[in-house]
Amino acid sequence: MDVRALLKDAGLAAFVTFMLALPMIGFQTVDVSGGVGITVVTRFGDVAISVVLVFFGRLALSLLQQSNWRLPLLALSAGIALGLPLLKTQAHYPVITWLTVIASAVIAIRAAWLTFDVSGVVGRDESNRMGDAAAFVGRWFGPVFVVFALIFPFLPTTSRYVLDLGILVLTYVMLGWGLNVVVGLAGLLDLGYVAFYAVGAYSYAIIARDFGLTFWACLPLAGLFAAFFGVILGFPVLRLRGDYLAIVTLGFGEIIRIVLLNWTSFSGGPNGISGVPRPSFLGMPFHPNPPEGTTSFHQFFNIDFSAEHRIVFLYYLILVLALVTNFFTLRIRRLPIGRAWEALREDEIACRALGINPTNTKLTAFAIGAMFAGFAGAFFATRQGFISPESFSFIESAVILAIVVLGGMGSQIGVVLAAILLIGIPEFFRELAQFRMLAFGAAMVGIMIWRPRGLLAHRDPSIRLADSAGAGR
Amino acid sequence: MTRTPLLEVDHLTMRFGGLIAVNDISFTAYDREITAIIGPNGAGKTTVFNCLTGFYNAPVGRLRLTGARGEFLLERMDGFRIAQKAGVARTFQNIRLFPRMTVLENLIVAQHNKLMAASGYTVAGLFGLRSYREAEREAIDLARSWLDRLGLTAQADWEAGNLPYGSQRRLEIARAMCTKPVLLCLDEPAAGLNPRESAELRELLTEIRDRHRIGVLLIEHDMSVVMGISDHIVVLDYGRLIADGTPAEVRSDPAVIRAYLGEEETDQIPPEVARDLRQEGRA
Repeated sequence: MDVRALLKDAGLAAFVTFMLALPMIGFQTVDVSGGVGITVVTRFGDVAISVVLVFFGRLALSLLQQSNWRLPLLALSAGIALGLPLLKTQAHYPVITWLTVIASAVIAIRAAWLTFDVSGVVGRDESNRMGDAAAFVGRWFGPVFVVFALIFPFLPTTSRYVLDLGILVLTYVMLGWGLNVVVGLAGLLDLGYVAFYAVGAYSYAIIARDFGLTFWACLPLAGLFAAFFGVILGFPVLRLRGDYLAIVTLGFGEIIRIVLLNWTSFSGGPNGISGVPRPSFLGMPFHPNPPEGTTSFHQFFNIDFSAEHRIVFLYYLILVLALVTNFFTLRIRRLPIGRAWEALREDEIACRALGINPTNTKLTAFAIGAMFAGFAGAFFATRQGFISPESFSFIESAVILAIVVLGGMGSQIGVVLAAILLIGIPEFFRELAQFRMLAFGAAMVGIMIWRPRGLLAHRDPSIRLADSAGAGR
Repeated sequence: MTRTPLLEVDHLTMRFGGLIAVNDISFTAYDREITAIIGPNGAGKTTVFNCLTGFYNAPVGRLRLTGARGEFLLERMDGFRIAQKAGVARTFQNIRLFPRMTVLENLIVAQHNKLMAASGYTVAGLFGLRSYREAEREAIDLARSWLDRLGLTAQADWEAGNLPYGSQRRLEIARAMCTKPVLLCLDEPAAGLNPRESAELRELLTEIRDRHRIGVLLIEHDMSVVMGISDHIVVLDYGRLIADGTPAEVRSDPAVIRAYLGEEETDQIPPEVARDLRQEGRA
């Protein structure tokens, strides 16, 4: 073991940390009391602590390469990760404590991985192992997730806030699954996916407002309109690929938003549309005093009125919509059209040589992806009760695309994990206050380093010779 | 045996800007025969293929296909319709499999149009109707027969990109055959194969001609393949057709020898160039 090299390596990491931490952590601007200006507060103590932490963290990671250091390091880092939250130091340095705990946990996990999984490292290559793990996750975690999602509203720990968060995450899961058809399966990079979400939301709001149709009548219409817009976008971009396609779809997303912003007589412009009708349960509204001639949900079931009924109903509504999206996608992947999408992603020229119509194939991918965004948009409108172009900015498209890419292109379970990470983590890290987005960014960088092809980059064949031979003969 | 014309190429010309890649070529490929197109690099062989399979639209010339599916004028058809309706399948000089799909999936995708109709354009397939399940089983059986023929059954569920190079070449041919073509166009199928694989390829191609009874059009540099199995050879050089006949005829054709071995130094400056030079000297 080369002690000098280890120290040099750890020292370099500490130096980099110092250069980064000095401007970012070392100086903080605060308002002077009385509001006459700002002054700079220095926090060199925090900088020093960060540098020391990085030094030892890096050293520990390097030492993990030595097998006889693994167990002591495992014990030490696990001890720090578990013990530190119990100490009183939290009060002084909440952020530093958090980061130390997380870093120790990572080292502990790594140490445990290396200690107990040596047989896996030898003999089988990394990608294969990841594929097996992903297949395992897909087979067992899928049903577990569904069961958990079903009982989630009734868990004692689920507050109104957590339930709202669940609805938000599920909305993004559905959008991610919808975009997965376009990006993951057909390989068409779409940066304007939020446009179809907007079309769905405005379709529902305007049809419900002007024609008085119920949510359930509007839902298919919203999907239909969004699919129609998907085809409209599809036509001009048929010949484009990669970067060029991304630019045009990006522009399309902005066009929809700007039209909604400026066509005041139609969409209400920047004021949006308020008073979007709430959904009803089989025609029974969720309302303490239902209008004449209707029975309210709580009256019908003879229970006390609670505002949470509607939230729980919305939760199950988006859960069902998302699961429908999932099962539809899983099913269509095994049909000729789904295989043609994947073939188109792999090689468009070969597709044409095999007589596959690239125009129809691309347009159906755009239309079906857009349709699911339209459903999600209608749900969004009925949940919020108010929509405006603000909700459909480019950042939404970017988040949805990030969910798909982070989850592993084409992976359905990956989308769920990525949506929980991307939407859930920023919420859970609220304690970190202004360092919330820093932690978020660090998590993203970490995932891209350790899982460059996405969390679950595993492709299940749409058909297997073994299965079909068993079933067919 | 009477020879039935399958593909008649008439006065085909293709220009790229000022470059005439294919210059007024006419030849006929016959049904149930292997027709080879040979010529030095840059002779325009692949351009002929690309015109034939709809990747380029030739401005001049006629490509008439008279096969089991009827008569088609290929120069007027879209690329994918040539494969779908007329039944012309092709492979590529640089292999174009679907690398991240499995071997079996590659062969199933090739039967897309048949399965698409059987799945009621997705609606019937979505509900898992019996007719679709049967069509899918037939598709798997066809794929399986090709896998058995190529000895790739054990690798059926591998990603196609992980197959050895020679197997990828053969899989691409099998994929083209799964479209049930009347004319199979192969662009340098023996490129990069070792002698044993190349012998296997010869056997496969004669089998396709004799058992599947279709026409094969072949671009190839490997002379053992060309001379061994072709019934008919067309030689191109600088976009022009310089010879057309049986292997024996082509082998002894002085124009072909000149194109492959180069002209002897006795040749003078061509008359038109000499004239231009004289004119320049005068000016």
